[in-house]
Amino acid sequence: MLKRKDLLGIEDLGREEILEILDAAESFQEVSTRPIKKVPTLRGKTIINLFFEASTRTRTSFEIAGKRLSADVVNISSSTSSVSKGETLIDTARTLDAMAADCVVIRHSASGAPHTLAKLTKASIVNGGDGSHEHPTQALLDAYTIRQRKRRLNDLKVAIIGDIAHSRVARSNTHLLTKFGSHVWLCAAPTLMPLGIERIVCENNEFLHLTNSMDEAVEHADVVMMLRIQFERMTESFFPSVREYFRYYGLTSARARWAKPDVIIMHPGPMNRGVEIATDVADGPFSVILDQVSAGVAVRMAILYLLLGG
Amino acid sequence: MSLKLSYQLMNSDEVSTTLNRIADDILKANSGRPLVLIGIQRRGVPMARRMAVRMAAKMQREPQIGTLDINLYRDDLTRVASQPVVQKTEVPPNIDDRDVVLVDDVLYTGRTIRAALDALCDFGRMRTIQLAVMIDRGHRELPIEANFIGKRITTKDDEVVEVRLKEFDGEDAIYVMEKI
Repeated sequence: MLKRKDLLGIEDLGREEILEILDAAESFQEVSTRPIKKVPTLRGKTIINLFFEASTRTRTSFEIAGKRLSADVVNISSSTSSVSKGETLIDTARTLDAMAADCVVIRHSASGAPHTLAKLTKASIVNGGDGSHEHPTQALLDAYTIRQRKRRLNDLKVAIIGDIAHSRVARSNTHLLTKFGSHVWLCAAPTLMPLGIERIVCENNEFLHLTNSMDEAVEHADVVMMLRIQFERMTESFFPSVREYFRYYGLTSARARWAKPDVIIMHPGPMNRGVEIATDVADGPFSVILDQVSAGVAVRMAILYLLLGG
Repeated sequence: MSLKLSYQLMNSDEVSTTLNRIADDILKANSGRPLVLIGIQRRGVPMARRMAVRMAAKMQREPQIGTLDINLYRDDLTRVASQPVVQKTEVPPNIDDRDVVLVDDVLYTGRTIRAALDALCDFGRMRTIQLAVMIDRGHRELPIEANFIGKRITTKDDEVVEVRLKEFDGEDAIYVMEKI
């Protein structure tokens, strides 16, 4: 069982804890296939989705996960909350705690925002993405999808390609996959590859590889994970044009052929078709992008159960 | 808490004779109607499988088998110290209007069965739900009784009835243990 109040990042999770979450998620996936997609496990618990950044799948998937476990789920987005009246994050959190919330799922553009909250609240804090730091539930659902297809998490070549500089998904996945002994190849245009990124992994850093060449990253890969170009976080120009970016770093079916014949293509969404991924690849036979979405509900049910159900 | 062996209740032969007898009783009571056997995780699962094998030899239609994990329906989740590991639930589709037999190893307070009934009802409206257990040890806290019982025994509250099955424990036997 998880002996922690909060889920803040993959970096400080042990392999045992990660496997416990993934194993539980396998049992929870069945609930979503029932005629009545609901179990009474978290009846009477209150979960608050506190989202300061736009989100479709993470917020919806936490909401569905909570509701399928019979918890009461409340959604707050920054535009409709007192945050727009100038309330600080800390005051918002204390307010929610005073309403006896059991869990707060937070997404915030500032790295470390969930960690600040966790110290102040009695409620469990789940990091739903903080700045370009971590997005632990995404990495867990990615690991779940990979394990379902490849039957293992070790000894794989995983290429993570795209906007590494702004990607919390890349960081969380790198932590998780190197912990299990898979080779992670981070690939980006030089302007999108942050200096010192190789230092984020403390243990097993022989499993982390960096490259600017997409062909090198994709060659013989078991998993190719494409990342969205995060225009909303870009204050300056990182590449000359979208067309040029696609020519060098877009995943086309011709490029995908460099990977292993049983490669799986992943994308955390939302996709920019024609920017980082071609439409025929995104909808093609190797794509598991929609499996990732289904896995998201099961994994988040497991996390809520393990944090709140005891 | 540790356990000390008080006495052995059944050996391997007695376990299989008892399982066979329960299977025969279930068949007799349901007079040839198709059945669904649902084992409660974990030891109800191999019990249901073994009884289904016995029944298959004696009827035209082999009974369907399912498994049920009741942890998501427990009434004491907030009171147990460590969270139970959630196991697989696999209930056959379309069990509306079917005759279902729940299978568990020991009937004690009745709370597991209460949770199992709640869980089953989320899968549809069965014609009947019956209960088969290996051991009924008394001390009920809810108005629940079994239809088919391997053996009824009197126990003290601080005793533990341990059903051991080859599939999990490497042997078939039932022991009564004492908490020390």
